[in-house]
Amino acid sequence: MTTSVATRPAGLDPANDTLPVRDRGALRFITCGSVDDGKSTLIGRLLHDSIGLLEDQIAGLKDDSRRFGTTGEELDLALLLDGLEAEREQGITIDVAYRFFSTARRAFVVADTPGHAQYTRNMATGASTAELAVLLVDARKGLLEQTRRHAAIVSLLGIRHVVLAVNKIDLVDFSQERFDAIVADFEVFAAPLNFRSVVAIPLSARFGDNVTTRSRQTPWYEGPSLIRHLEAVDTVDDVDQAAFRMAVQWVNRASIDFRGVAGTVASGRVSVGDSVLITSSGQTTRVKRIVTQDGDLGSAEAGRAITLTFTDEVDVSRGDLIAEPRQRPATARKLSADLVWMGETPGAAGDRYLLKIGSATVPATVTRLVDTLDVATLARRDGPLSFALNTIGRVEIEAASRVAFDPYADNRETGAFILIDRATHLTVAAGLVVDGLDRAREVHRHPVDVTATVRAALKSQFPLTVWLTGLPGSGKSTIANLVERRLAALGRHTTLLDGDNLRQGLNADLGFDAAARAENVRRVGEVAKLMTEAGLITLVALVSPFRADRDRVASLFPIGQFVEVFVDASPETCRARDPKGLYAKADAGRIVNFTGRDQAYEPPQTPALVLRSEELSAEEAAERVVDLILARIEPPLGGLDSAQL
Amino acid sequence: MSAVRALKSDDTTDTRDARSPLSPHLQRLEDEAIFIMREVVAEFRNPVMLYSVGKDSSVMLHIARKAFFPAKPPFPFLHIASGWDFKALLDHRDRMARDYGLDLLVHANDAAAAAGVNPFDTETGEYSRLMLTEVLKSALDQHGFDAAFGGGRRDEEKARAKERIFSHRSAGHVWDPRNQRPELWRLFNTRLSAGDTMRVFPLSNWTELDVWDYIRAENIPIVPIYLAADRQVVERDGALIMVDDERMRFRPDEQVVTRRIRFRTLGCWPLTGAVASEATSVEDIVSEIVASRTSEREGRLVDGALQASMERKKREGYF
Repeated sequence: MTTSVATRPAGLDPANDTLPVRDRGALRFITCGSVDDGKSTLIGRLLHDSIGLLEDQIAGLKDDSRRFGTTGEELDLALLLDGLEAEREQGITIDVAYRFFSTARRAFVVADTPGHAQYTRNMATGASTAELAVLLVDARKGLLEQTRRHAAIVSLLGIRHVVLAVNKIDLVDFSQERFDAIVADFEVFAAPLNFRSVVAIPLSARFGDNVTTRSRQTPWYEGPSLIRHLEAVDTVDDVDQAAFRMAVQWVNRASIDFRGVAGTVASGRVSVGDSVLITSSGQTTRVKRIVTQDGDLGSAEAGRAITLTFTDEVDVSRGDLIAEPRQRPATARKLSADLVWMGETPGAAGDRYLLKIGSATVPATVTRLVDTLDVATLARRDGPLSFALNTIGRVEIEAASRVAFDPYADNRETGAFILIDRATHLTVAAGLVVDGLDRAREVHRHPVDVTATVRAALKSQFPLTVWLTGLPGSGKSTIANLVERRLAALGRHTTLLDGDNLRQGLNADLGFDAAARAENVRRVGEVAKLMTEAGLITLVALVSPFRADRDRVASLFPIGQFVEVFVDASPETCRARDPKGLYAKADAGRIVNFTGRDQAYEPPQTPALVLRSEELSAEEAAERVVDLILARIEPPLGGLDSAQL
Repeated sequence: MSAVRALKSDDTTDTRDARSPLSPHLQRLEDEAIFIMREVVAEFRNPVMLYSVGKDSSVMLHIARKAFFPAKPPFPFLHIASGWDFKALLDHRDRMARDYGLDLLVHANDAAAAAGVNPFDTETGEYSRLMLTEVLKSALDQHGFDAAFGGGRRDEEKARAKERIFSHRSAGHVWDPRNQRPELWRLFNTRLSAGDTMRVFPLSNWTELDVWDYIRAENIPIVPIYLAADRQVVERDGALIMVDDERMRFRPDEQVVTRRIRFRTLGCWPLTGAVASEATSVEDIVSEIVASRTSEREGRLVDGALQASMERKKREGYF
């Protein structure tokens, strides 16, 4: 019996759809949520309503529903999915299952992950290849710890598109109020998680409301049905715009005349004639041919499995990374990384493993456990002694030889790795590279007794950095000043890092070109991190025009401790205001590379707050920032408990 | 004449690139399968490709040739023959091996056949275990293969849906669905302990329709009995069984009739039901599947009505 072979679009008339299934790429997504939130029922419903089940499948399902079902006389759609004997007997989902279905518009691959105790491991497995997550919430229960946990893991694994599926809406009388309240809760919680799109849909998986068709029971809901959204959502990642990367899988020596390098383009694009770098040796060469059985290609984009030949005899073998030489990946022996621990045996500092990254596998030692992430509250706890099953935390790793990588935040393909137990050969951890640590090779972090957590507790606040970015003259410094005054009046501990002030001292040596701006932002970011570790609410007012620089700073902070605020005003307004006379100086040629004049500004894509300073007074804008801060700095679980100290 | 010339001068694309490209969906599936095959060849000492000569196997062979081009696939192909294979399938197998210069291995359980095991008298589950599962295991052991590619797809069956692309088997080829390695990103853990082997499924994320779409797009040769033609059959237990050779045993009252049929899957011929069909081209097959009301395994008597029979077979070492 099969559960998912069907691809016949019922309900959606293929004749009316311009794009047939086979002209589109499949959307790979994951469903997650707490036990009994109805994940299996939802997928069963999607299969049932979007494609129609096949006759032998329905016969099997009827039989199963009679024997194992929990829905009385109706078909128990969850039984379509739980295929293992133990799952049927116990009525639970044990392992990740992959399901396939298509509508007239798109093909789908769903990773159905269990909500039970081994959640993190299985979630990470499903999430690592997904482009979108459907996060289920029971409308009666609202956001549970498990919901928050799953949202955090989804974010950590780099999924940027989320559907908040508020399920069982029939059991709260299709209440808009209830729906709105859950959505509002989620917005507050998820703000620091850096999602690019969050679409909330009220639905009933059991009865099909808003799954494939809009429900009459929710006239107040104006968005798409779940399936319409999944058909339409655009998850094309920046990976196509990213720098070229390809791990060497296999060297093809078809004959004495042919030596090619086989691999899959991880990101970016490669064309014949391109200059490329072989990261292990540092040699550069040019691409001579892109060989496939169907004929040579002129260029190949991310995802394509190809074979390259080069113009020079270069030393290249499995494990090497081929890259764009002007945007090189980092190479290092020491890495800072986030791990999702999957081993039954706990991991501790000093343990040795095999690290597999790209096509390279090297011996590696976990040299230090930095902290663990409480995924329910997004709090970081310093100095764990070991990582148990399902722990997420940051570590430092030393590999036996240098490895090439990009930070995971920049590139999911080249920033991911696994750790393999050398004795049992089991996969014990999924890893996400934060950064290389080699420049400070001989400098080791000195352990301190008064930790960031202790300092924060003394100040009775959860410290964070609020990063105000925007054009010169948009009002950042004015707003930041007002915010700090308000917080000081409330007895909060703060500091303010103003870009212009810092250029008087710390950054006096820096100009305004892109490299100097990057360094400016990096330094301010590091200072902000130190200030935040000191327990302070740190306000930063800095033009910081480039997204990549800001993102790099954000990655320095634990999840939830860094908030981006976009102070938005048109260039004309800023120029008219010119509070410091900078536009005038730039016009006079005394400042080059002035943002808003001869240098572009890249606004944040998912700021926690947008302040339109043409519409708001500085006081009103400050008030919003203060509200945002106050909502976050209270310890989320009723105070810091002694276990955290 | 002048029209042709005008067309050519306007057309800036190299004619070698003029072949119609695969859809993004099929291209992604092909690229993924190539990646998996290369990973196996790079990381295992002695891999083999299981070649059952069916539609999935035909796609696998085609992709294997692409993955290692211009070299030939650097592994042998293994066919487990039950002795009751369709004649058309054996002909196709030998033609492919000859045309592509495959290193083809054929294994069968001759001892069981000599002892009288056959699809008419032997209970179907036992027949399948002896003639397919046990032969497969002994062939893998005999050659010391540490990794074996199979054409299994997750859409075929519920137990398959739970299986990893790199499916770890402990000594004796045992699959434990409750203790599978997590599979993250494209980072497959290929490490084995002594006695362990790996089954690898490059077509995990394909559906039956994807397979046929790909066969059509790439013009892949298939066993002709996938296409409809007038053939001699008997109706047995609700299935249409084709009379493939003189060894057929008839039940009282059974009559050979000519029907226009084709096969959706190919197993042992006395145990594989045909479907009534007018699909005489791959194009027709695609349309037929899109309109179908039943899944492809419906005609397989080997699967039986037994709950979770595939899971049990897999635990015993079946693919």
